[in-house]
Amino acid sequence: MAARTPLRTGGRTLLRLATAGSVDDGKSTLVGRLLFDTNSVLSDTLDHVEKVSKRKGLARADLALLTDGLRAEREQGITIDVAYRYFATPARKFILADCPGHVQYTRNTVTGSSTADVIVLLVDARNGVVEQTRRHLAVASLLRVPHVILVVNKIDLVDYSEDVFTAIATDFAMLARSLGVADTHCIPVSATEGDNVVTRSTRTPWYDGPTVLGYLETVDDTPLAVGAEFRFPVQHVVRPQNAPLAPWAARIPTMDGDYRGYAGKVESGRVRVGEEIVVLPRGSRATIEAIDTPDGPLKIAVAGQSVVLRLTSDVDVSRGDIFAATDAPPAPLREVTATVCWLAERELTIGARVLVQHGTAITKAIVRSIDGTLDLDLQPGAVPSWQDADTLRLNDIGRIRLTLATPLPIDSYREHRATGAFIIVDDSDGWTLGAAMAGSTPLTASSNGCAQPGRGA
Amino acid sequence: MNQLTPVRPLTELQALESESIHILREVAATFASPIMLFSGGKDSVVMLHLAAKAFWPAPVPFGLLHVDTGHNFPEVLSYRDEAVEFYGATLKVASVQDYIDDGRLRERPDGTRNPLQTVPLLDAIQTGKHDAVFGGGRRDEERARAKERVFSMRDEFGQWEPRNQRPELWSLYNGRHLPGEHVRVFPLSNWTELDIWDYIEAEKIALPTIYYAHERDVTERDGMWIAITEVTPARDGDQIESRSVRYRTVGDMSCTAAVLSNANTVADVITEVGLSQLTERGATRADDRMSEAAMEDRKREGYF
Repeated sequence: MAARTPLRTGGRTLLRLATAGSVDDGKSTLVGRLLFDTNSVLSDTLDHVEKVSKRKGLARADLALLTDGLRAEREQGITIDVAYRYFATPARKFILADCPGHVQYTRNTVTGSSTADVIVLLVDARNGVVEQTRRHLAVASLLRVPHVILVVNKIDLVDYSEDVFTAIATDFAMLARSLGVADTHCIPVSATEGDNVVTRSTRTPWYDGPTVLGYLETVDDTPLAVGAEFRFPVQHVVRPQNAPLAPWAARIPTMDGDYRGYAGKVESGRVRVGEEIVVLPRGSRATIEAIDTPDGPLKIAVAGQSVVLRLTSDVDVSRGDIFAATDAPPAPLREVTATVCWLAERELTIGARVLVQHGTAITKAIVRSIDGTLDLDLQPGAVPSWQDADTLRLNDIGRIRLTLATPLPIDSYREHRATGAFIIVDDSDGWTLGAAMAGSTPLTASSNGCAQPGRGA
Repeated sequence: MNQLTPVRPLTELQALESESIHILREVAATFASPIMLFSGGKDSVVMLHLAAKAFWPAPVPFGLLHVDTGHNFPEVLSYRDEAVEFYGATLKVASVQDYIDDGRLRERPDGTRNPLQTVPLLDAIQTGKHDAVFGGGRRDEERARAKERVFSMRDEFGQWEPRNQRPELWSLYNGRHLPGEHVRVFPLSNWTELDIWDYIEAEKIALPTIYYAHERDVTERDGMWIAITEVTPARDGDQIESRSVRYRTVGDMSCTAAVLSNANTVADVITEVGLSQLTERGATRADDRMSEAAMEDRKREGYF
């Protein structure tokens, strides 16, 4: 069958960002500046911002207003919830999760960071690295965001001082090392003046690194998932024999009513036709017969692609199963230990009955133990430590152990951001309560990391 | 592991397409009775095209719903029916006109019927017992939408509570809900207007003709080009001109304005959209100008 025309994209790739900073670090202005200077703000939006700025008695357009979404936020001048922004250059399209630095900061930063390739962290040059910076960097480390940039903003307010910048960059590098964050970069910026956001500033001649946008356009965009072992949660079984084929399928002569394929998205690694895989949790083995797409068959599918896989043998497969590489597949677990960011007002206590949603599977679970919460009220130079706790409250990061009703093949989050993650859901009303990362905590694995809490699975 | 072949990251459109297909499949697998809103507008066509690809080689496993204001462009309605047939889907139509005719709704003094869509939409969702409703909304369209989740919970009254949304992490979409509630799902959340056009070109997707430049009698009101039609007749003082125009959105005729354009092909439109100095909704939706928070108010009431 002939493949249809491939997508015309000019090879532009997609990079996902999350911002984090405390109140008044100028985050909204920085985001507004990125949108404005990449011509992503169109004239009627700008007219609106100018109108509102004038009404507020401001001398020039307040770029922060570009990113103000909801009425309550406009009234209070604060940002409540994660907002998504889009901008693009000829090289890349950017999806930016704009995370408020305010109340609910952990919840929002965790949400925004869960899909991010890069975290853009802000500090005020006058204040340097503060407690919020340490918290946000700890979250970035926990969620295994591959790259972090520190925007040292308001550099104009410290007279573009190289000494101030170097001191902050040194502090930050030490903190990043202690939290096990590998790839960081610091940039001196004035978001209001536009220095080093999109255009290089002449007022920081001592800085020879990239601008914020320059960095975002050139940072390695290979997702971590590409290098990891193959994982493919099965979304549904495609068996059209009970229904007439779609008009499209009918155009392909080899397609018939006996078709049986498994639809899903490759979450990590890659898979080739002819390769052996293991079907989890049962553990049966099978060989990939074909990788089908409506655009034609593929020889190889990689992380991020939605495809339909066919197997050579008739094995029992249903939604919720995971196809994995035969090399070190995750063992189905009945007991799972995880680091959890608690996202809900209601508290988690030992013995609670919850639902665990992992990949395309969902199962009941009981909380066996709460082994401590992470103390992020960090003093300069300190590493996070675990405090005894028997409940988890909103914005807590804790270690818990769960017993699952049916065993799930959960990976270690350190190696598998997709299949090592799960969410905890309230069985009664469906609310999303917690974001969980299975296995050991990345934070505690750094060279001078803190001790793990004693009890683990 | 196959470390020998270097792997390039997916391109932007490949990544967006895969993400949308993943969302469509999750909904079909976990909800009892999904339905997809379909107006014949470009976003809904792209959404339907993605659905056809998501469930290929099987047919799209849910129906389509059009809330017809009775003020639709005839070109769009005929296109709508052709597209439904092309993709092998089934369509239900909820008619605002029926509601007006039997007195359940009353015409507004300004003649705009967009706000009147809410009641027929919610009735159709309730009678069809639909627990998931796909919409073609994108987060780049409007400031209120920037904060909406891919899975957006609605109560019995169809209301959106922006301050009380579930966090949405990784690609784990949580659609659990209580009886009476339903979930609005936006598979195109991360697409921009330019992505939509790029994709229409790449996939050779047919669109209603009014998206491309054509001659039409129009008049300029409040900086917007309004077509002279039965629904929007000429007013005193209108200067009627025949201009080459196209539509960037194809909603209700009474509140959708044209833009001056000579774009005859997708490539022309892409060039135009890429260079245009007006956002899509601002240029052409008169009803978004009613108040600064217009969209947020309508969304809270159950509009998409």
